[in-house]
Amino acid sequence: MKVKSRLLALLLIIMMLAGFSSAYAADEGYPTAYTYNYDYWGDVRESPDAYRVDQVLYGTDLGLEVAMKKPQNLFVRNQDLYVCDTGNNRILQLRKTGNTFALVRIIDTIQGCDVTTFNNPNDLFVDEQDNIYICDTNNERIVMVDKDLNFIKAFTKPDDPTFDQGTSFLPHKLVVDVSGRVFCLATNINKGMVKFESDTTFTGFVGANKVSYNLYDYIWKRFLSTEAQRAQQESFVPTEYRNIYIDDESFIYATNTSFSEYDLLYDVAQPIRRLNGIGNDILIKNDRYPPIGDLYWEEQSDQYGPSKLVDITVLGDDIYVALDRTRGRLFGYDSQGIMLWAFGTKGNSEGAFNAAIALEHMGKDLIVLDENECNITVFTPTEYGSLIYKASEAYLKGDYDGSAALWEEVLKFNANYNLAFIGIGRALLRQDQYKEAMDYFEMARDRDNYGRAFRLYRKDWVEQNIGWMIAVVVCVLVIPLIIKQVKKTRWEVELHERSKVGK
Amino acid sequence: MNAAKLASNPGTMSPAKEKWNRYWESIRYAFHVIFHPFDGFWDLAHEKRGTIAAATTFLVLFLVTRVVTLMFTNFQFINAPLQYVNVFEQTASLLFPFLILCLANWSLTTLFEGKGRFSDIYIAMCYALVPYVIIQLPLVFVSNIIAFDEGAFYNVLLSVSVIWSVLLIFVGLMQVHDYSPGKTLIFLVATVLGAMIIIFLILVFFSLLGDAVSFFISLYREIAFRLN
Repeated sequence: MKVKSRLLALLLIIMMLAGFSSAYAADEGYPTAYTYNYDYWGDVRESPDAYRVDQVLYGTDLGLEVAMKKPQNLFVRNQDLYVCDTGNNRILQLRKTGNTFALVRIIDTIQGCDVTTFNNPNDLFVDEQDNIYICDTNNERIVMVDKDLNFIKAFTKPDDPTFDQGTSFLPHKLVVDVSGRVFCLATNINKGMVKFESDTTFTGFVGANKVSYNLYDYIWKRFLSTEAQRAQQESFVPTEYRNIYIDDESFIYATNTSFSEYDLLYDVAQPIRRLNGIGNDILIKNDRYPPIGDLYWEEQSDQYGPSKLVDITVLGDDIYVALDRTRGRLFGYDSQGIMLWAFGTKGNSEGAFNAAIALEHMGKDLIVLDENECNITVFTPTEYGSLIYKASEAYLKGDYDGSAALWEEVLKFNANYNLAFIGIGRALLRQDQYKEAMDYFEMARDRDNYGRAFRLYRKDWVEQNIGWMIAVVVCVLVIPLIIKQVKKTRWEVELHERSKVGK
Repeated sequence: MNAAKLASNPGTMSPAKEKWNRYWESIRYAFHVIFHPFDGFWDLAHEKRGTIAAATTFLVLFLVTRVVTLMFTNFQFINAPLQYVNVFEQTASLLFPFLILCLANWSLTTLFEGKGRFSDIYIAMCYALVPYVIIQLPLVFVSNIIAFDEGAFYNVLLSVSVIWSVLLIFVGLMQVHDYSPGKTLIFLVATVLGAMIIIFLILVFFSLLGDAVSFFISLYREIAFRLN
């Protein structure tokens, strides 16, 4: 490290001296292709499309009389797609049959309670029994209804000292776990997710963000500002999550969009988290770069700063996809936090977004909601995209040779795909082809796996070559000894001769 | 002719041979210097045990080491994006700052009772690079026969080579100038600042030179244009 920083400093000096710009900086590219990936050095590598647009759904296609207005969220349960049409205070239920989506019903009233309509519903969740939980935001409640829309129960503002009674309870995102516990994000609540038991009792907050502040702020607020100034300033508070998603194992994925760029680069911000029951982040990050979306942030009129991950969804095998609102992009990561692909752009054509707000998946299809265009884009994986899924699935099942064959196929599409090199390397390693495995790991610059293969290779090599190695050592050690001995003997003989002459 | 000379001075060697011997002695002396720096650097400067030729050899070896390290260290232990590495750029980025630091040190110490001449400073600084070379060159080979998780030893030696060289630079300058440790430290910091000033002056000089040249070129063009 020391060598490196010293070298860097010297490099900077000489660059100033000679006045030529650095090759390191010049090659940081911005993506020009629709689908891309980052290589080991963080450079953009164009890639074949992993997903293509299957269809784009507008309100008119679905036969809606009133067009959608500021829709905020999506939910998928089996073949049903629910859309939170927030601006119209209603929920649309669509069903996919074959390859087409058709409107099943419009949910705008419920039965069996005082307030039967919704006011600004922001999110919904449908459980296994088709009970629907709705974040009825401006009615300050989360309402649970059965599949025929009969009121079951409502989760309202917690009557608890830990909950600031001065603020209104405005839930806007929710997830429900298998036992019916509700976790919700509410506006102006920064203590984490609000947690309700299935009997509607409030049981506290889960997974609060850490308070973040920079040194400058800290010194200013702690030591330099006066009492009066301090009273005017906001105190250091944790930030709120942007969105949450619950996976099959009841772990909650949360995204976070308010942080400083500096924190992002050193993985302090952690825009994507996987929270366990007590609110600790257990997301696995085994790549060189943490999962933060784009690594370089090109600036255009309305696109600047880091990726703003507004929604996240988890496909099978812990593969998760995050949606970036800033540049209208989707980022897929595998269970190890390695980027599978990134695609998308801003614009008005198919496959481009104006203001992407929500992301869901149906099987391996991805569904994106645009709140300004009021449309729903459905993406299906291409052959290349499916191969990536199949190969990682085969590996997780333990079919290593099968997975290697699939990764070979992936490489035919994209020779810059590191995961494929690692996948093939692992399979070769299991077949005891250490040297070949090392070559693949070296191409992917995977030092851990390379080290593993190398140790085995070295062991074999030493066992095969131990004969002449011992011979060399013997030569080096013993021959000088012999020579020395011979010289000594000769000298003694000569001394003896001389002594004779002396007589 | 050689024979005649030999005959007239029977006790001495030929000048070429003598030169070579002196060079070889000064190279070998480096091993004394790096293990006994206080004594070694003192004799290096004041007893003329070092030569500029040997010093330059060490500097070249240092640059070669740097390049070899970049090119041949196993990828497990170095993150060099070889597709962007330019050997000349790497070499220049070490050589020029090194020479500028020597120059800055000489310029400052010569004003503050430093005993060392420029050549003494240069020789001392170059001799101080020897541990870096003799540790890092073998390490390049070692990096290719160990696995990543066996790298603790490798990393320690890497740090040792740098710390050793830095300490030798410190002791070397101290002995060459006959300074106290505190004064040496102050002048090391001042040297870095001085180097920055030198670089700034060079930049200003070339910038002004460029402006002047372009002024005369446009003047010539103007005149040529009027005359036609």
